[in-house]
Amino acid sequence: MQSVRWLCQNDLQVLLDLLIGEGFCVLGPTIQQHAIVYDEIQSIDQLPKGWTETQGPAVYQIARTPDGPAREKLFHFNLGPHSWKKFLFPPESVLPSQSSVSELAQVGEPQGACVKPYAILGARACELAAIAIQDRVFMNPSFVDAQYALRRKSLFVVAVQCTTAASTCFCPSMNTGPALPDPQSQGHAFDLSLTELTPSEESDARNPSIQEHGFLIQAGSEHGQRILERLPTSEASPRMLRAQEQAIDQVAASIERSMPTNQLRDALMARLQHPHWENVAERCLSCANCTMVCPTCFCSSVEEVHDLVDQAVVRKRRWDSCFNPDFSHTSGAPVRDSVRSRYRQWLTHKLATWHDQFQTSGCVGCGRCITWCPVGIDLTQEVARLLES
Amino acid sequence: MSAWTTPSKDMPVSQDPWQPHRATIRRIVREIDSVASSVFTLEIELEPGPFAKRYRFMPGQFNMLYLPGSGEVAISHSGAPTGVASALPEGRFLHTIRAVGRVTRAIQRLEVGDSIGVRGPYGTAWPMENLLDQDVLIVSGGLGMAPLRPVIYSILDQVHRYGRVDLLYGSRSPDLILYESELGSWGACGIGIETTVDRTDPSGVHPWFGPIGPVTQWIQWRKSRTRYPDFDPHRTQVLICGPEVMMHFCAQSALEIGIMPSSIWISMERNMQCGFGACGHCQWGPFFLCKDGPVLRYDLAQGYLSIKDL
Repeated sequence: MQSVRWLCQNDLQVLLDLLIGEGFCVLGPTIQQHAIVYDEIQSIDQLPKGWTETQGPAVYQIARTPDGPAREKLFHFNLGPHSWKKFLFPPESVLPSQSSVSELAQVGEPQGACVKPYAILGARACELAAIAIQDRVFMNPSFVDAQYALRRKSLFVVAVQCTTAASTCFCPSMNTGPALPDPQSQGHAFDLSLTELTPSEESDARNPSIQEHGFLIQAGSEHGQRILERLPTSEASPRMLRAQEQAIDQVAASIERSMPTNQLRDALMARLQHPHWENVAERCLSCANCTMVCPTCFCSSVEEVHDLVDQAVVRKRRWDSCFNPDFSHTSGAPVRDSVRSRYRQWLTHKLATWHDQFQTSGCVGCGRCITWCPVGIDLTQEVARLLES
Repeated sequence: MSAWTTPSKDMPVSQDPWQPHRATIRRIVREIDSVASSVFTLEIELEPGPFAKRYRFMPGQFNMLYLPGSGEVAISHSGAPTGVASALPEGRFLHTIRAVGRVTRAIQRLEVGDSIGVRGPYGTAWPMENLLDQDVLIVSGGLGMAPLRPVIYSILDQVHRYGRVDLLYGSRSPDLILYESELGSWGACGIGIETTVDRTDPSGVHPWFGPIGPVTQWIQWRKSRTRYPDFDPHRTQVLICGPEVMMHFCAQSALEIGIMPSSIWISMERNMQCGFGACGHCQWGPFFLCKDGPVLRYDLAQGYLSIKDL
């Protein structure tokens, strides 16, 4: 199908310009408040060139890469606190709303039809998996979230191959990475994919011909192919393809953390009364950070927001979390009124009952919940402890 | 950008499932008005239109009722379901509500003629098909009677199609018995009515001459050949609705008298907010109770009912 081509580093701007020209709002990684977060970008100069990050349980620190300016990569990092979820399923959105019941319409039109479509630049393999999981939540036979469906169906995805891994990554055990899905075998997982290569990785004394910093670029959809054909690309050399393979293999080999996934659903559901839940509860602050950074967590609440002036009411749907005590409020009191029960709900939902509900795990192995837990609770370790007995 | 304005045809998004439909309150019945509990029934009429025209519900299903500024609340249907002779005219239905939270208290302040928003119906229904030609044991605890009343109305509509039907109704105290005035007529139509209370009314306003004790013993008594010579656990279906602990023990009692776990049905309550399994609030084990429930077959729910805080 689509062949792999070579795009020079500076020509990445041409891709951005093409997407912006097609009417897309391009979103990509930027540095804000000492973290790499996703935001609207117009220029490749806004990308975190030469930056990387250190991650661990409750540890996140960005730093300059040691390479000189010539070899500074644009994508030599993994994941920050943001996921693309914040654009497809915004933290706050407005539901059909009436200022009084007398104005309740019979049928409402979906909101947000005038918003620009998104193009995301830099989605990693685990993030594509996360989007596919949220697709099952928000676009299934029993329910289609109109706002999500509109954003999702117009989404243009430029995926980026991971050429480094954080210590918190465990995508191989969740079968979601680190390599991007092969567009030949797996349909429309992305529109374009990029693998960033620098001279250090692809040239040696015997083969000095490749000196450039750039990207191997491949289309994963017809739209991606149309865009690719308009880019100033050149043929990719076998040396480049070898360098790509090497980079992916190196990343895969560097990932040490893993989730025991064999029969995990049944194993966890058989341990709902396990004493270890109490052990986690002694450390867990029930702060909800893990659910906010999780790229698949989808819980929300609707809030009635009054306009004090003219008594108009706006219904806002906001991200919520099973770690909030009120989340399970039923007939006057929360059902899950202990941290133990809330952590158990989160973990067993993510790793076990998600299979019952959506025929997939709810975890993609991105490790965000480990990094952003203020007390460094690592779900892979908690699962291992639960499975010990 | 064409992709943005015209999403692909296999994904219709013309109708937002969050959109409430306007209805008018036609009648209010004060059911229970005590210090402990305030329960009322609303008769609601949907505004004429396509939604009212296609609105159908089955016993056990619920609606989301909406008051702008206050919010939404899940309330089960408590009137005769669509297709039953005693059902209200098209677009009209009943909801029995206990004023307990912010939204239900606001709804309690509404008057006849006021508007209210409605989305629904949502959730699974009691297994009316499975009840045909079977003996039916309807076990209700407190307000659990409300989602079971549509079952009774359905049975009364064609009472000859069922075997022996008994209602075992347990209440905390005599003043909290719901639909008390109807019980006599149900009994006269052939339904066995057994009511029991946890305690009598100390004020003496509601004198009680019936039995006192948990409803579970009425289930267990069916073991007695002399009292219930025709009782056959293999042709009996049990429907239970009430507090979780009550449903747990009633199901245990039903199992003890030989009823199959797959012939026992319960109705679970959780914080239902969206009604279609998208907001996450009503999860209970693997279930979204708003769409996989509220009515669940006991053999599927059994493992979770005894787990605290699930």
